[in-house]
This record gives sequence, C-alpha cells and structure tokens, in this order.
Amino acid sequence: MAIEAPPAQPAIKRATAVHRVVKPTSRRPRWVWSTALSRGAIYAFLSISSVIVLLPLVSIFSVSLQPAGTSVGGLQWPADPQWSNYVAAWTTGSFSRLMMNSLVVAAVVVPVTVTITVLAGYAFGTMKFRGSNVLFYMFLIGLVMPFEATVVPLYYNLRSMGLINVPLGVMLPQIALYTAFGVFWMRSFFRSTPLALIEAARIDGASSLRILFSVLLPLARPAILTLATLYFIWSWNEFLLALVILQSPEVQTAPAGLGLFVGQRLSDIPGLSAGAIIISIPTLVLYVILNRKIISGILQGAVKG
Amino acid sequence: MTIMKGVGSQPRNRTGRSGHATRRQRAARAAIPYLYLVPAATFFIIFVLVPLGQTLYLSFYDWNGISAGTWVGVDNFVRAFQDPDTIAALSHSLVFIITFCVIPVILGVTFAAVLSKQQVRGLAFFRTVIFVPQVISSVVIGVAWRWMYQDTGTVNQVLGFFGIPSTTPWLGDFTWALPAIGLVGTWVMTGLCMVLFLSGVGRIDGDLYDAAKVDGAGPFREFFNVTLPGLRPELIVATTITIIAALRTFDLVFVTTQGGPGKSTIVPGTEIYRTAFREGDIGYASTLAVILAVVIFALVRGVNYVLREEKA
Repeated sequence: MAIEAPPAQPAIKRATAVHRVVKPTSRRPRWVWSTALSRGAIYAFLSISSVIVLLPLVSIFSVSLQPAGTSVGGLQWPADPQWSNYVAAWTTGSFSRLMMNSLVVAAVVVPVTVTITVLAGYAFGTMKFRGSNVLFYMFLIGLVMPFEATVVPLYYNLRSMGLINVPLGVMLPQIALYTAFGVFWMRSFFRSTPLALIEAARIDGASSLRILFSVLLPLARPAILTLATLYFIWSWNEFLLALVILQSPEVQTAPAGLGLFVGQRLSDIPGLSAGAIIISIPTLVLYVILNRKIISGILQGAVKG
Repeated sequence: MTIMKGVGSQPRNRTGRSGHATRRQRAARAAIPYLYLVPAATFFIIFVLVPLGQTLYLSFYDWNGISAGTWVGVDNFVRAFQDPDTIAALSHSLVFIITFCVIPVILGVTFAAVLSKQQVRGLAFFRTVIFVPQVISSVVIGVAWRWMYQDTGTVNQVLGFFGIPSTTPWLGDFTWALPAIGLVGTWVMTGLCMVLFLSGVGRIDGDLYDAAKVDGAGPFREFFNVTLPGLRPELIVATTITIIAALRTFDLVFVTTQGGPGKSTIVPGTEIYRTAFREGDIGYASTLAVILAVVIFALVRGVNYVLREEKA
C-alpha cells in the first residue's frame, strides 16, 4: 500500500471526469479507515469460502478410503486407508469402461463441434448477409432452452434412427446442443479481429476459406483451445441425455453410470465414492492446467453474449 | 454453463470491398456465408429446433409412445395447472431460485464491492478454488452431498463441532430435504458469481470512485451509485445463468433424493423424466416441458428487461 504518485496522464483524465482539479493522491484516504480491518475480513471470508467449497470434495475422498461395506462416516482420515477401493472401482466396478465410453463421446463431440462452430462464427463475425440476425437469433434459442424441453421427442427420433444404446445417439444431440455457445464464442472472437487484416488478404486475392485458414485461425488458437476445453468438460459431465439414450451398461458414460449405481449399490459407498473421484479426475486435471482459460472462458462467454 | 444473454448489435459492416466484381461473381460471393453456416445449422435444426417443435406439437396430444396419439387440445395444460405435483414442482423451483440465484448473487456482489480496488495477494489461488464446482460433474456433486447430508455425515459432524448436536438425515427429512438440495445450488453458484462480479468490478472506472469521494459519498452511497450500476452487465448475466440453472435442475435431485421423501423435492426436470420415461405419458410430459421452457424464457426476458430499465 505504498503511496506512489500516479502518472500524469490519469490525473488529467480524472480531473476532466470530475470537472474539478483533484489532487492525484486524493483516492488513497478512501481505504485508510478500513484497510487493515477489511483486509483481514477479506482473507477470512476467502478462506472460509474455500473451505466450504472443498469440504464435500474432501469428505467424499475420505469416504472413498474407508473399508468396503462401511456406511458413510463424516470427515475422518481412515485408520487404514483402502487405496484398493480405487483399483476395485476401476476394474470390477466397471469405471474403466465408463471412462472409455465417455472418452469416445468427447473425442468425437469436441472436434466436430469446434469445427462447425468456427465455420459458423466466421460467417457471423466477418460477413454481412441477408438474414444474419434471424439466423443468429435461431442459435440463441439453444442457449436458453432447457434440455428437458427436447429430450422426449429426441428419444423417439433417435430410436427410429436406431441410435438408442449407440454412442452416436448422444454424440449428435450433444454436438447440436453445444453449437449455440460455440457460434457465439467464435462470432465474438472473429468480430474482434482487425478488419484490416482480412481486407489486406482479400486484396491479395485470397479466398474466404484461405483467409480463415491462413490468417485468422493462427490468431484464433487461444479462443479455440478455450472452447474445446469447455466442450470437453460439458461433454464429459453430461447426464440427462446419456441417462435416457444409453441404457445398456456397455455403452453408458461415466456420469450416467455413476448416477444409476448410486441408487443400486448402496452397500458399496466407499467404492462409489472412489468411482466418483475417478471420473472427476480428467476435468480436474484439465482445470488445474488451464484454470485461467477456463474461468475467463466461462465468464467472457457469459458476458459477451 | 452454456448460457448467455442478450444479443450483440449488428455485425459490423464489412461490405464495399468488391468494387470490380461482376454481377455473377457477386452472386456467388453472396452465397458464401450461408455455406459456412450449413454444418452448424444442420445439426442445430435436426437435434434442437425440430425436437423443440415436436415437444410443442406433442403437448397437445394424449400419447403413450406406442399406439396412435389423440389430439386433446389444451387439456394437458388444463390438467397441468390443476395437478398438485406440477404446482409443487414449480414452487420447489422458486425455492431454488432463492438458493441458486438470489443468495449467490447477493454474496457475490457484496464480496466484489468490499474487494473492489484492493490488491489481494493470492487472489488467483482463491479464485481457482472457489470456481471448482463449475467443472465437476453434477452427478459427482450430488453423490458427495448425499454423503455429506447423511445422519453420520460431515454436515452433522460440523454442526456438532459448533455445539449443535444433530443426527438429522437431512435428505430424508420432509422439511429439510428441499432446502438442503437448494443449498447445494448455493454451493455451486456462489463461486461463479463471486468470480464474475470480481472481474466486473475491476472494469469499473476508478474515476467514478474518485468522483463519488469528492462528492462526499460514504461507502454505502458509493456502493449504490457506483459499484452496483457498474456491475449491471454482470448482474444480468449472473441472474440469468443462475435462474436457468435453478429451473432446469435435474441431475442433482435425481442423484440425491429422486424427488423424495414423498414428493418433497420433485422439480420440473424430474417430473418430465418420470412422466415420459417411467409412466410413458408422452403428451403430458411434453406439456410440462413446454411450460418449463416458457417459464424459463419469460424469466430470462423479465430479468433482462428489469435490469436494463433501471438505468441510472
């Protein structure tokens, strides 16, 4: 909190904004009354919030290490941590298969959705055409609409296409559902790219596809990475669709499998907890590595729309 | 988290570049934007718009999913508004709006206001931690909280630690199950709101605070005249996201209570699922889905309208 003289530029700006000349140091006293107190309160609040956020996760972790067959104890480090619960969940608890199924779904959904939304966002963001607003509004519906509103007919449509109990049956609707966000996201990215860049390439005779691939995509890499990460997390965590469409255990995804086991295997609470932690690992690892991107992606995605 | 609000303004004008193109070249060029939209639009129309239309269509039918359906007009809607279960489900959603939306937004705004221009060391770390619920599967969250709320679970343990001995199995209690699930929503949404408002408050022009200071505003006037208006965009976004999340809750209830005990925690999502996939009453399930969608659209519009009109 050292008091430093602000550079001249902001001081002038401030003066005009306030319509009277204000001494550059005038903003400091605002905090004097409370600096130490509020700082302490802020750290206390942040720490308590963090503990509350982590408590359920630490609890389920401690449950996952209890001996098989025990009922739920609260938060307590087990006398003899049963790491073998994880092995059991992975092998006999079928979580390895569930993880594999989820991975297959995400491996198709993420690249396909990214590709089609980059193309659509490019059109919306850099081209002017008749009906662009109407078409854009059409995609907007996908952001507000609850999935519950389409899942019933979707089930019958997919059944008539023979896509029940087939991974493709969840992939296709997921791609469609996530399209809305990506169109928004890429559109706002492309709108923020300098117009001159596109103009210059156009004057050089580049086709629109060429401009996209050689001029814009290299710039778009961070935006696309964020989008792909968010898509992976959503696809990995998707529940209702998988629950409805993938009923046989061989094709079920991780959250759907866990969701069903919770009702059925009440005798194996430690094993289920271990499974729950296993299926959280991919998204958590991704989050630890890319947390800045993920947070700013979710926030910007929300605000920019 | 797929939700955003509002629409941006018109795309910026990027025409006027083709001065020397012939008419045919121009026509070909005019088709280009649509070609880029074809893949995304195809998926979106087939798997979102068409089913949405079908839901609306089916909501006027009595159909069990097997035999031919019968047109029943608005009977399903009349039935829905007289059905105590539907009314219960919708009123539970109202409770969730308080715990998913109102509490997290108030906590988030307050927090951001207190923090406003302060430099807090380690903020990035705290931000990362409190945002974690956003990336965890709601099923895992449901399982974790299901254990938390058991009679021997962590919640009672913590209460005991603070001198309130309790052996209530919260999710099995007719009175407490609904608020207990609702508070999980608070747990999920508060971090999002805090981080959202924090990024918003950093964007407010410091000059405004100085101006308020010069005008002799105290912390409260400063909050209501500078911070709160400055956070309007975030306020709209946070309210929209959390209201939608509150109304479309399904995973959490499915995993924790399945609507029980009795019907004390049924929500529209679980009612649609049960009516369609357990009872095979497709027409009525579609009607419930239409009502849910309409309520969500109306609330989102309402929130945007109210928060926009209050321009200071």
